[in-house]
Order: sequence, then structure tokens, then C-alpha cells
Amino acid sequence: MSSADELIALTGAEAAARVRAGDVDPAELFAAYRERAAAEDLGAFTWLADSPGEPPPPDAPLAGVPVAVKDLFCVRDVPSQAGSRILEGYRPPYTATVVERLLAAGAPLLGKTNQDEFAMGSSNENSAFGPVLNPWDRTRVPGGSSGGSAAAVAGGLAPWAIGTDTGGSIRQPAALCGVVGLKPTYGACSRYGMIAFASSLDQAGPLTRDVTDAALLLRAMIGRDRRDSTSVEFPGAIVPPRRQDLRGVRLGVPEELCGEQSGIEPGVRERFEATLALAEQLGAAVERCRLPHAPHALSAYYLIAPAEASANLARFDGVRYGLRVDGERELTEMYCATRAAGFGAEVKRRIMLGTYALSSGYYEAYYGTAQKVRTKIAEDFASAFERFDFVATPTSPWVAFPLGSKLEDPLAMYLNDFCTVPMSLAGIPAISIPCGLSQGLPVGFQLAGPAFSEQALLDAAYALELALGFDGSAARREGGG
Amino acid sequence: MLERDQVLHVARLARLSLSEEEVVRLGRELSGVLAHVEKIQELELEGVAPTSHVVEVTDALRPDEPEPSLPVELALRGAPEPVEGGFGVPSPGASPA
Repeated sequence: MSSADELIALTGAEAAARVRAGDVDPAELFAAYRERAAAEDLGAFTWLADSPGEPPPPDAPLAGVPVAVKDLFCVRDVPSQAGSRILEGYRPPYTATVVERLLAAGAPLLGKTNQDEFAMGSSNENSAFGPVLNPWDRTRVPGGSSGGSAAAVAGGLAPWAIGTDTGGSIRQPAALCGVVGLKPTYGACSRYGMIAFASSLDQAGPLTRDVTDAALLLRAMIGRDRRDSTSVEFPGAIVPPRRQDLRGVRLGVPEELCGEQSGIEPGVRERFEATLALAEQLGAAVERCRLPHAPHALSAYYLIAPAEASANLARFDGVRYGLRVDGERELTEMYCATRAAGFGAEVKRRIMLGTYALSSGYYEAYYGTAQKVRTKIAEDFASAFERFDFVATPTSPWVAFPLGSKLEDPLAMYLNDFCTVPMSLAGIPAISIPCGLSQGLPVGFQLAGPAFSEQALLDAAYALELALGFDGSAARREGGG
Repeated sequence: MLERDQVLHVARLARLSLSEEEVVRLGRELSGVLAHVEKIQELELEGVAPTSHVVEVTDALRPDEPEPSLPVELALRGAPEPVEGGFGVPSPGASPA
């Protein structure tokens, strides 16, 4: 028997261990989080489960510790609208594979979390459900697009959560909320049942309080799925990280992403440099490296992702699900009216940009060129990984910014992704861990490695996490309201 | 700079009706974004193969075996206008030019 506060203080792994030892009743654990999540005023959740369902089998790896799931994961009979008005009332007839796997591993669904509409955004201000507030400072954004998942974990409203990352949508909100966020190698997790944004980039991954929890969720999520032909069998196993030093680890710091011209604010740079110094104390060799095409990653990304989005979002036409407007009119007019009413401003902007980039006469100059830049970026990383085990950057150039401060300037908003899109374009894994505070707000430290290096990334991040000793308890107290 | 006619053309392709305010704003915003992203056209990319897939995947085929699919009533459950086991749509009249 434990008080709710004692339960909330446990990480996912700690809670799972207590459940297995018979010290914690999983129904009580669910109720404690359910109650906090129901009372929250951060805007983190869009829907909450009433009960945890059947108790998990005694050997279930996630042992009844409930998980919060980003709205865009389809869950059978549960509202799943990717933060969009156009999917109002949609209750999918099937469940996303990664959610099925988490349920099978013994993590009941706690609720669906708020997000930028169709995962397009870096501030969680583009949601039909309204914005999410940062539990460290309610006048600031939590980052996006997985802002609800990040705020829920940081605010102690969920033990752990999953999100999706297309150009930084797990890592950047994790950084801004002071939690751990991992974007796996493209193909490591099935995309089946994820409402698609940009199919060649979208990946599911965990947002957690610490690196150990990220490893536990990732282990349950990965693996080939016959319903997603781009998913692959993960080579090797994921185990809880144990490494306590970084001896022999070579860290490359890319000049193009971390240099003076990169726009990283001084407080973030200071924490980043201090973390590199700490890595050296732990035995790592830290050197500058080059990713010559990385400065062009943002441009390539903002052609490729909108182009794929414009095709993926063509399915929202008022015929098969969700909203329909002007149904008595002519067919094309119904399409146009439904999409005009159902999509928010950022989604329209990206559909327009993507449609333009794919339109006759422009395809080669925009989409074709961007896909070639993507090849060069992947080659840059491959060269860097000949000399280095990992590449290190700040996750976001700045800490959480005030609500509304970047909404009027799309380019300024897109710069949030400056350090995260290169890894997305190359399809490689990257993790963000909190590395301290600047102006009282969390700063994220990003490590990226070669394809399928998740275990090595988790091990290195764990060693750093131990040495950093970041304390996120202040935000959990705030999150409770 | 994206002209008004181009904005309206792209909106038609994307099946989006735009308000007058949106036409003006999107013209301005898209021009700004395009001016930034167009810089990649200055890169030397002669002979570079475009990325088609980031992780090597070979032979993603499966046996073509019949299996149960989504029941019709479940597939139609969320439809705005289910009609006799299908999706109802308004009559496709003359397409607006």
C-alpha cells in the first residue's frame, strides 16, 4: 500500500519492479495516474481510459505500468484524430502495431495525448484540442509535435509515453520538457496504425523520465510487422543500459550544427559544452567533426515532408471517415469545403507547399533535388561514423519559448528542427536527454549513432544521465496543478 | 514570389478552398519558405542518386494468401454517409475549372 505521491515518484522501471515484487497493486498505480491526468490543466490529454482492463500476467515485462499514447496512434474504438478537426468523431476499427505490442507487454492504455495537428509543428499550438502548456512554466510551449506526451511525462501525469518523430517531434519536446526522447532507426518500429504525416520519415518512439525507461518501452515496441513492409527485424536485443563510463567512446561535434552560425542560444550552448566536458571526464574523446550538407537538411526536409504529407492527407476528403461539409453540393466542392473546414492553418500551409513542390514542372527542381540532398546528408553521417561512435548536438537551439511567440513566422518555427532533421533524413537513431537548466528551463543533449545502434546510444546516454544527475521532480509537482 | 494565380492553382490541385485572407497570407508565407529552401538548388548534385529508402530492405514480399479483411459494417462505421454497404458521395458534377 503506497500513497499516490509515492507511486507518482517512481519511474516506469521502478514501478514495474514494485508490481512484480507484489509491493504495488497495478490497479492502484493506474488509479493514481488516472486521477492526476483527469485533474490536469496542461492540456496534455485528449482522452482518458476509464480502467486498465485485465490485470497483466505476472511475467509481463511492463508489469501493468500504464502508458500514454500520442493521439495519432489508432486504437480500436478509442477516439484517434491526430489533433485534427477533420477526424472529429473517428474511432478506428483497428489498433496500431506498436500500441498492440505495448498492451501485450503489459502496459495498459492510460490515455491519448495532445499533439500538433497531423504532427506538424514544434510548439503543440496547432491542435484542434488547443495548446499544451509546459509544466516547467505554463506560459511556455512544451515543444512539438509530441507535446502532450512530453508534458504528461514531465508533469507526472503519466509514468511514460510514446510519440512519433518525423523531423524532431519526439526529441525536441523531450528536450523542452526535460525528459528523455528516443527516435529509433527508420524501420525499427512498425508504422501500421500511425496516422501518416511523411511516410519515409515517420518513426514511433518512447518519451520517458529516464534512459532505462526508454530502453524498456523501446524493447517492447520494435520488430518487423508484416503489415508495414518498411519495418525490419531489429538486429540484436535491447536490454536495460548498465554502462557507467564512456571510456573509448569517440564523440563528434559537428561544426555545421554547433558552430557560431547555428543560432544556438548562449544558455543552451553553455549546458551543451558542460555536458561535453562531463563526457570527457567519463572517458570519451570529444572532437569537432564535419557534416558538410547538414545546413541544407532543413531545406530538404521542408520540401520532402510537406510533399509526402500532401499525398498522405489526400485521403481526408469527407468520404470514408470524419468530417463532411457541404454534403449536398457537388463532389469536388464537398472535398474543398470539407478540407477547408477540417484542416488548421499549419496543415494547409504544408499541404500547399507540398502540392506546389510536386506539381508539374517543379517536381525535379524541388522534390528531386531534396532527395539528392538527403543522399548527401546520409553520406556525411556515414563518413562521420567512420571516425566517431556518435555525433553530439544540442537537441533544440533554445529552451521552451513563450506561447504564441513564433506562431506568426513559419520559418522561425521551422528552425526548431535545425539539429534534429539531419538524423531524420538519414534514418538514423538519436536520443535526447535532459542535461541541465538554462533560465530555469530544461536543455536537451542529443546523441545520434549509425542505423540500429540504439543499444550503444542507450548505454552512452545512461552513463551521461548518471553523471548529470538531472532532477525533474519540480515539474512533476507543478504538473499536478 | 508566388503570384495569386499560382496560389489558387495549387489550392485547386490540393482540393482546398481558401478565403481571400488565406490566399494573401499563404502567398506571402510560401514565398518566404520557398526563398529559403530553394537554396539547395545551388548545390553541386550532378550524378547524386536521390534517396528512395534510407534503410536497406530487400524482398519485402509476402505470400499472397487470402485472409479475412475488415468487415464491411466496421469499415463503414465512421463514414459520413454509408449507403447500401458503400460510401455515399454527392454527385460528381461539372468540375469547377
